Amino acid sequence: MGNQEKVSFLKDKAKELRKTALTMIHEANSGHPGGSLSAADIMAALYFYELKLDPQNPSWYERDRFVLSKGHVCPILYSSLILRGFMDKKEIYNLRKFKSILQGHPDMKKTPGVDISTGSLGQGLSTAVGMALGLKRDGIGSRVFCLVGDGETNEGQIWEAVQTAVKYELDNMVIFVDNNRIQNDGFCDEIMPVLDLKDKFQAFGCETYRIDGHKMEEIVNILDQIRGRRNKKPIVIVASTVKGKGVSFMEDVPKWHGVAPNDEEFEQALREIEEGLK
Amino acid sequence: MKALREAFGDELLELAKEYPELYVIDADIGKSCKTTEFQARFCKQHVNVGIAEQNAAGVAAGLATLGKIPIVSTYAIFGSLRMCEQIRQEICYPNLNVKVMCSHGGLTPANDGASHQAIEDMGVMRTLPNMTVIAPADYYSARNLVRKAVEMYGPVYMRFTRDAFPFIYDENIQLEIGKANLLKEGNDIAVIASGEIMSVAINACEALEKEGINARLLDMHTIKPLDERAVVEAIEECGALITVEDHNIINGLGSAVAEVMAECGKGRLKRIGVRDKFGESGPYEELLASNGITVEEIVKSAKELLK
Ligand SMILES: Cc1ncc(C[n+]2csc(CCOP(=O)(O)OP(=O)(O)O)c2C)c(N)n1
Ligand SMILES: [Mg+2]
Repeated sequence: MGNQEKVSFLKDKAKELRKTALTMIHEANSGHPGGSLSAADIMAALYFYELKLDPQNPSWYERDRFVLSKGHVCPILYSSLILRGFMDKKEIYNLRKFKSILQGHPDMKKTPGVDISTGSLGQGLSTAVGMALGLKRDGIGSRVFCLVGDGETNEGQIWEAVQTAVKYELDNMVIFVDNNRIQNDGFCDEIMPVLDLKDKFQAFGCETYRIDGHKMEEIVNILDQIRGRRNKKPIVIVASTVKGKGVSFMEDVPKWHGVAPNDEEFEQALREIEEGLK
Repeated sequence: MKALREAFGDELLELAKEYPELYVIDADIGKSCKTTEFQARFCKQHVNVGIAEQNAAGVAAGLATLGKIPIVSTYAIFGSLRMCEQIRQEICYPNLNVKVMCSHGGLTPANDGASHQAIEDMGVMRTLPNMTVIAPADYYSARNLVRKAVEMYGPVYMRFTRDAFPFIYDENIQLEIGKANLLKEGNDIAVIASGEIMSVAINACEALEKEGINARLLDMHTIKPLDERAVVEAIEECGALITVEDHNIINGLGSAVAEVMAECGKGRLKRIGVRDKFGESGPYEELLASNGITVEEIVKSAKELLK
């Protein structure tokens, strides 16, 4: 695939992911649309371009790992797994239902393709560090990708984990920060200013980048650039994003962190997503 | 006499030879938790995350997803409380094969004072689904139980003592996790104890013997899963039970036994343990005495129960 084809393929996938995630949340009448949508482009690039996975064999030892540290946006992870063939498409309608394999937050024991259970913010990154450390010591070339929320970096444990990743030179780790500037109660600047996250991770000893988390070209470029990179530093990609991206009335509106759209809003959202990112 | 934390350090060296997937995760108290020799000999299976216990639990969980057998080593107070939510979310909920093995259990870090005395650890860990909770009585049983914990699949919390305690068993002891060990037969009353406090319980049973009371003594090293059968048998055959633990009487061994007894609908019980109050700096024996965890108190309670 040429670069342009690749990018337009991934943009289409991101559209599908957004629609699927919103469908799940609408159907469940609960869930977290804002942070699902801000992460959609990164997730499309990871699941349809970068990650080394085998949907037929989810526990393949040499696979890349993915840790959704901001576990509340699991609809976007479930969508990725469903569209990648880890599960039947009908699961879209089972999010948060009783006895479902798709729990309200990721459950590694119930959902194929989920590498670790998350949901309590601040903890996923430590587990990613454990995975990266073990894989490295086993001499296995797989990498561990982790998606962290910007609000989530309020948690001290994030920085504990980063220190460990730096100490053990975990250059098989890639941390994406979904820098959508909004957390639960409002804008980060009001709730707990996170300041420049690239600077922070840099100061902790990581190799850091900032990209536009909605420009597929930039996401693909950075993934290409770091793919073979092993320079003894964990890689952190701070992605400037917009919470609710792709749905005008959700964009940059804190309220859409954790509420489901009603029927009308849902229809409008699907239409807007179909039109593509502005 | 030997400290139980020594047992942990010693058994690790044996286990590491047999289990290449064994990992030890330290949080800057490896020296006190007796893992330094392991680190020196098996550095590829050792991680020190610094003073970051919550992270230690998460790193262990991540390693466990790879099929490793990670053991997080810290003090009981931090291993059960600072790490509590991480253990719950990332270890017990996904039922990962992580062991949390802690020195400085109970009142044994006596001089350190209340901040370091873990009187809630067993109880807190006991309420977590999938968790197995163990307090060995002496050096040899600690070695055996460390081994058994590594041999079994699933999360385990185990506590050791900082200080030396008398030998109760010898090197051939084989215990079974979840199964009480009968230390002394008797049908007048049953003393059920857990952890290093066993030596007090043994002395109490001897004192009772002198007074003509034939006490049964059970080593309930595992408080979860509790050996309910042994408890019910004790209720049926002895009627009266005394639990002895170096832990708050709320939610530890005493509570676990009380739960069984309540559902059983018969039997009498006295719980001996920390009386729901924080400790302070001082000699271990004084701290025990101030909570009535003494031979005299056990004897007195037995007589009252048998009245
Ligand atoms: C430890 C913990 N505290 C609180 C919550 C509740 N909570 C869920 S999402 C959220 C805000 C997350 O903000 P951020 O990390 O920026 O995620 P995003 O904006 O990408 O949704 C909070 C506080 C939680 N899940 N875990
Ligand atoms: Mg955010």
